[in-house]
Amino acid sequence: MKAAVVTFPGSNCDRDLAVAFERAGFAVSRVWHKDTALPEGVDVVGVPGGFSFGDYLRCGAIAAQSPIAAAIRGHAARGGYVLGICNGFQVLTEMQLLPGALMRNAGLKFICKTIGLNVATSDSAFTSAYAKGQQIAVPVAHHDGNYTIDAEGLAALHAEDRVAFRYAQNPNGSAADIAGVLSANRRVLGMMPHPERVVDARAGGTDGAALFASLMGGMALA
Amino acid sequence: MKARVTVMLKSGVLDVQGEAVRHALGTLGFAGVNGVRQGKVIELDLAETDKAAAETAVKAMCEKLLSNTVIESYRVELL
Repeated sequence: MKAAVVTFPGSNCDRDLAVAFERAGFAVSRVWHKDTALPEGVDVVGVPGGFSFGDYLRCGAIAAQSPIAAAIRGHAARGGYVLGICNGFQVLTEMQLLPGALMRNAGLKFICKTIGLNVATSDSAFTSAYAKGQQIAVPVAHHDGNYTIDAEGLAALHAEDRVAFRYAQNPNGSAADIAGVLSANRRVLGMMPHPERVVDARAGGTDGAALFASLMGGMALA
Repeated sequence: MKARVTVMLKSGVLDVQGEAVRHALGTLGFAGVNGVRQGKVIELDLAETDKAAAETAVKAMCEKLLSNTVIESYRVELL
């Protein structure tokens, strides 16, 4: 299986994300934001955390218009897998590959700590190695993670079982405690917490490893 | 031609930063501020000289980049 990890100016979790994919057995290539195409045969694209383009205008807004974003859009349209973490989640909502928007945290503070997450569905290639309802410990590090969606959109997410993760204790004001959501075809996941930071017991935990292992085992060919 | 775009959170979307400003004003002794909404003003210097064409172009810019229409509304003024 092949993964590509995108780097924007200001990305800072790209290497960690590449390492997490590698540890799960993926062959990883790195892609620059000015690239106009993904490498041949990529199964999953990782859009990493950080502060792409300095969070100018809105978090993720400039990155969502970059040349590589068009290639990611094409990959998703073909049924390819996309994983957006933190700023990557913001980029995917700005690209409208995922519904809703990430607004300033309700408490206005940047939050950087490990928190409890409940796995809301195991019915996705990203979460199949978790049990539904399982609680995992994953760090968050964001200023704009307050997931906002209109009532109609929220009802659709619930009806289609598209909430992937919920906060055990809502840190940022997100609607319905939502920490991560899936696309309608369940092949695009965006989440604010950082599973790539918990794939090594020597560096804080291993609760994120199952996400990458799920993907390695559970992806249909893109 | 110059254009001024005002981007605001849609009514109904909680503006946590505006709320913080309102609290701060109250703390400073400014009584009677019932609400604060915070937004952005973006000024554009356009080569276009036709007003209607400029308005169409700026609206397209707002839809595509300058605002996130999931949570924000925008207003275009041509100056």
